[in-house]
Amino acid sequence: MEHNTMNLTLKVWRQKNNKAKGGFETFNVKNISSEMSFLEMFDVLNEQLVAENKEPVAFDHDCREGICGACSMYINGRAHGPWHHNTTCQLHMREYKDGDTIVVEPWRADSFPVIKDLVVDRSAFDRIIQAGGYISVNTGNAVDANSLPIDKQKADESFAAATCIGCGACVAACPNTSAMLFVSAKVSHLALLPQGEPERQLRAVKMVEQMDTEGFGSCTNIGACEAECPKGISLENIARLNREYISAIMDGDSTGV
Amino acid sequence: MALTGLFLILFLVVHCYVNAQIFWNDGGKQFNEAAHFMGTNVVIRITEIGLFAFLILHIVQGLMLWAKNRSRRSVKYAVTPGNKVSPWYSRSMALLGTLVLLFLIVHLSQFWAPNRFSQTTGNGELDLYARMKETFSMPWVVAVYLLGCFALAWHLVHGFYSAFQTMGLAKHNYKKMIKCVGVAFAIIVPIIFALMPICFYTGCLN
Repeated sequence: MEHNTMNLTLKVWRQKNNKAKGGFETFNVKNISSEMSFLEMFDVLNEQLVAENKEPVAFDHDCREGICGACSMYINGRAHGPWHHNTTCQLHMREYKDGDTIVVEPWRADSFPVIKDLVVDRSAFDRIIQAGGYISVNTGNAVDANSLPIDKQKADESFAAATCIGCGACVAACPNTSAMLFVSAKVSHLALLPQGEPERQLRAVKMVEQMDTEGFGSCTNIGACEAECPKGISLENIARLNREYISAIMDGDSTGV
Repeated sequence: MALTGLFLILFLVVHCYVNAQIFWNDGGKQFNEAAHFMGTNVVIRITEIGLFAFLILHIVQGLMLWAKNRSRRSVKYAVTPGNKVSPWYSRSMALLGTLVLLFLIVHLSQFWAPNRFSQTTGNGELDLYARMKETFSMPWVVAVYLLGCFALAWHLVHGFYSAFQTMGLAKHNYKKMIKCVGVAFAIIVPIIFALMPICFYTGCLN
């Protein structure tokens, strides 16, 4: 692909802290290479701001190769930008052309309060995992590999669910700010495996309970989460979570509910 | 939402079947017989109470869900994706449901309420076929009914599949089938309903 450079107008959400009232600030960046990633473009902006003695824009990032789930920008109305099955860090500037205006917002959900600028607090997800996203493993020597037979299809489905990176795009994209896709992925990847069997019912109940405590909205099967998920987590996981939850509630003995 | 919704879907099937009797074009003979059975059978009359209970429950649940979900994003996005990531009707279930409800109020006040009133005051059942013919001679009524069917159709396109998804039944092996049946249902049933006022208005039925 031909390399070119571009000048862009950025409208970025700035917010000093959790309490402050935020607002959009407009920046102009020049000579952005089409080969840069979106975050590298932000690095250029921040270097420019530092040189001007201004506060750089705060944004989350870590691996920058689409596997950690740290980056989280809502770009021109799309979680992680316009590319399908893609994270913000893997969005590249060849998507844009000279003179474009790009609006960048943080994830917006009351359960994901803004910490600063584009950084939001996603610890609600950590607390949901703590509530039930674990398995019991005996200590001691490592168990022989392949000692537990696992159905190939189940292994594949479990693996597909386990690719969830917990970035929160599902919540950001959902008109209801529901976290069902995330919770369903975490419940599914353990529920499908024999290792997840002992806490299976308790897990579904506890994680859903914590999800509600965190104040996420309710799922109405709109499907925006699936469309925006960088890892392509399927809505079928939500159907599975509903099955797990219903059967756990029906069989109240083992869940204490 | 799912359970009450599925019950209301079942009701639509029965209602549609009974009303489709008008298409025999026999001056309402078959239809009035069926309507007489529905209006006087004890089991049906008791089920009717359940139907209203489920309808109200569906409305209350829906409004609560709508209010709750709206309150969870205090600061709204400046730019929204429109229909790029989700279909408009899935996001507009509350609006579509409200339209269906407004239609229902008009509809019940034209047929169900006067008929039950006449029954309870000892004047017997009304000739519902004649009443349909008379009511559907007014263009504004036909327009309201068509709008009601339109809203119902889109409400069903999302609602049918969504009910199965909520109950965890939309597994990959029959998810496609549920979606297809849902869309077919959402097209066929409202079209049959819509044909009733159209046929009376255009004079196909008399």
